[in-house]
Amino acid sequence: MSETILSVRNLTANVDGIPILKGVNLEIKAGEVHAIMGRNGSGKSTLSKVIAGHPDYEITGGEIIYQGQNIIDLEPNERANSGIFLAFQYPLAIPGVSNLDFMRVAYNAKRKYQGLEEVDTFDFEDLIEEKLEVVKMNPSFLERSLNEGFSGGEKKRNEILQMALLDPTLTILDEIDSGLDIDALRIVSDGVNQLKTPEKGYLVITHYQRLLDYIEPNFVHVMQEGKIITSGGKELALELESRGYEFLDDKSGTEVGV
Amino acid sequence: MAVQIPLSTISQVDPNPIVEDTFFAGLLEQCLVNEAAPQWLQDIRQQSKSWLSHLSVPTRKDEDWRFIDLSPLTATKFVVSQDIETVYQSLPEAKHSCLVFVNGIYNPNLSDVSGLPEGVYLGSLANLPDDYDAAKYFSQQPGADAFTALNTAGGNEVAVIWADKNTVIETPIHLVFIADGKSESSFAQPRTLIVGSTGSSMALVEEYIGTGEYFTNAVTEVFVEGNARVNHTRLQQESDHSYHIGKTAISQDRDSQYTLHEINLGAKLLRHNPEVWQQGEQTETNLNGLTVATGEQTSDSHSIIALSKPHGTTNQLHKCIVGDRAHTVFNGKVFVPKAAQLTDATQLNRNLMLSSKARVDTKPELQITADNVKCAHGATVSQLEAEEIFYLRSRGLSEDDANQLLIDAFAAEIVDRIPLESLRSKITQTIEQKVKH
Repeated sequence: MSETILSVRNLTANVDGIPILKGVNLEIKAGEVHAIMGRNGSGKSTLSKVIAGHPDYEITGGEIIYQGQNIIDLEPNERANSGIFLAFQYPLAIPGVSNLDFMRVAYNAKRKYQGLEEVDTFDFEDLIEEKLEVVKMNPSFLERSLNEGFSGGEKKRNEILQMALLDPTLTILDEIDSGLDIDALRIVSDGVNQLKTPEKGYLVITHYQRLLDYIEPNFVHVMQEGKIITSGGKELALELESRGYEFLDDKSGTEVGV
Repeated sequence: MAVQIPLSTISQVDPNPIVEDTFFAGLLEQCLVNEAAPQWLQDIRQQSKSWLSHLSVPTRKDEDWRFIDLSPLTATKFVVSQDIETVYQSLPEAKHSCLVFVNGIYNPNLSDVSGLPEGVYLGSLANLPDDYDAAKYFSQQPGADAFTALNTAGGNEVAVIWADKNTVIETPIHLVFIADGKSESSFAQPRTLIVGSTGSSMALVEEYIGTGEYFTNAVTEVFVEGNARVNHTRLQQESDHSYHIGKTAISQDRDSQYTLHEINLGAKLLRHNPEVWQQGEQTETNLNGLTVATGEQTSDSHSIIALSKPHGTTNQLHKCIVGDRAHTVFNGKVFVPKAAQLTDATQLNRNLMLSSKARVDTKPELQITADNVKCAHGATVSQLEAEEIFYLRSRGLSEDDANQLLIDAFAAEIVDRIPLESLRSKITQTIEQKVKH
């Protein structure tokens, strides 16, 4: 049996005192791609942020076990440095922070955490040039401010570039497909697929089945009202696509194990 | 607008003026009178003393001074102190174009002016050759506030940069004013005269540093003649126990371009007044300001840009980073009178507050009477964005590193405009030390 990367157990979380996650269970093993689908407000994005350690969410119960360790008390940067990567639905634009400098600082933060020597500017430039290939990005993007003036597709490619650089063990893609045209979607999913290895785990959050044609899931889960209400193989996504979420309404409230 | 008058036009000069304000009188009586100074200079000093006899230290009741409290300054007894030994590391770009003053006195040992091209004078006013008509410029700027009058009345040495017609100076010029108040609270009045003659071009750095408790009352006059260019960085990095009051007065003739990078990092109490007088058509002024105040610092920048002819351009961006219990003030006036048609003026003040106990006062002010102009102004106050911090932390940066990166980014918009690499990194490092806890 392959190694468990992530195990979420009975996870409940609040924001501003309002319960958003109401008992989530999820287990991702090495080599597996899990997709979570669901309506807006069902708690999909919240789950991704809670795993990444967003300070606005208060965990009220349950556990997040990553590589055998409960990470609930770890800082977001400690989670990142130990190999958890969240590709943002809306990557932030930060004027004045150069994309290249930002990626070097992030890369060196991880090296430092791993007890490795930091990489200097020149070596880093060589390294990042290689990674640009993964998402077919022009080197000129590195000179610009982080995501500033980037199109939606460029921002998402920049997220995958960071993923390629940081080489995470657990990758969470939060609506990486939202707002992308078909060409950009292909580039982004090609990038993800190139980086895929059997030792790693993937959690793909999406609204649309289309993404799952490109990044093929082993399991599909549906979230509603802060819980996973049903799970299945990739055919579940096709069913949702043809029948809509309404057909699940009578299922809400029934606990479904993974 | 309240038009201010050049000191030299004050007709009635009291032959024996008595400065009644005790703070001013106490400082003035210590100032050395240079008997060897030319008559015109002695006359101007006498005029200023006469003007000062009508004035007193401003208080919060004065509109222009209502945001800051000068009583800690006036409660301190300062003495003029000299013969200070000090060292200074010059900027690598200006090793041989560097003029150093210590407690107001020219220091030839620390200065090096060997690297300048023909057609430039860099030195003290006392050594300026007779064929330069300094009387045409010195103290001829509009504006006659009390501290400027004190500087003129009691001033001793004057740093002079003079670029002859069509002289392009590639090497940056560095003026350094070092204050030493380690053994006693000292007082110095740096004075600078910069003349960029028609068609000339220069970049200069004016730097204020020091140790201990002291009071710097600095005045710099800049004349940018027709089609000339001056790129001016004013770095104020005085000690945390010092008081710094400064005036930078600039007159611009037609087709000239003047750029100021005003960087305020030091001093317990700072007041700086950049005042630009556009006096010809199609003049361009760029004021870039950055104030970083932490601890108990008070930092007040009060600028004036007065246009008077058509086709003028002014761009002003002033940024403040305010932490701890510090207090920053930005008050920027831009005057666009009827004669200044087709003006293009922008003014923006952005403030980043790092602490709930910090205080920001901002007052952008455009006064427009011309009817065919493009003018915009505004002010913003913000904090570090929690979502931006989370984004950076989700990529492995610690909270401190994420904060630092965002603060650097805020400052970089101004710092990156400074033309000297060594100065940019020096300023960035100082900012990092200041905001780190």
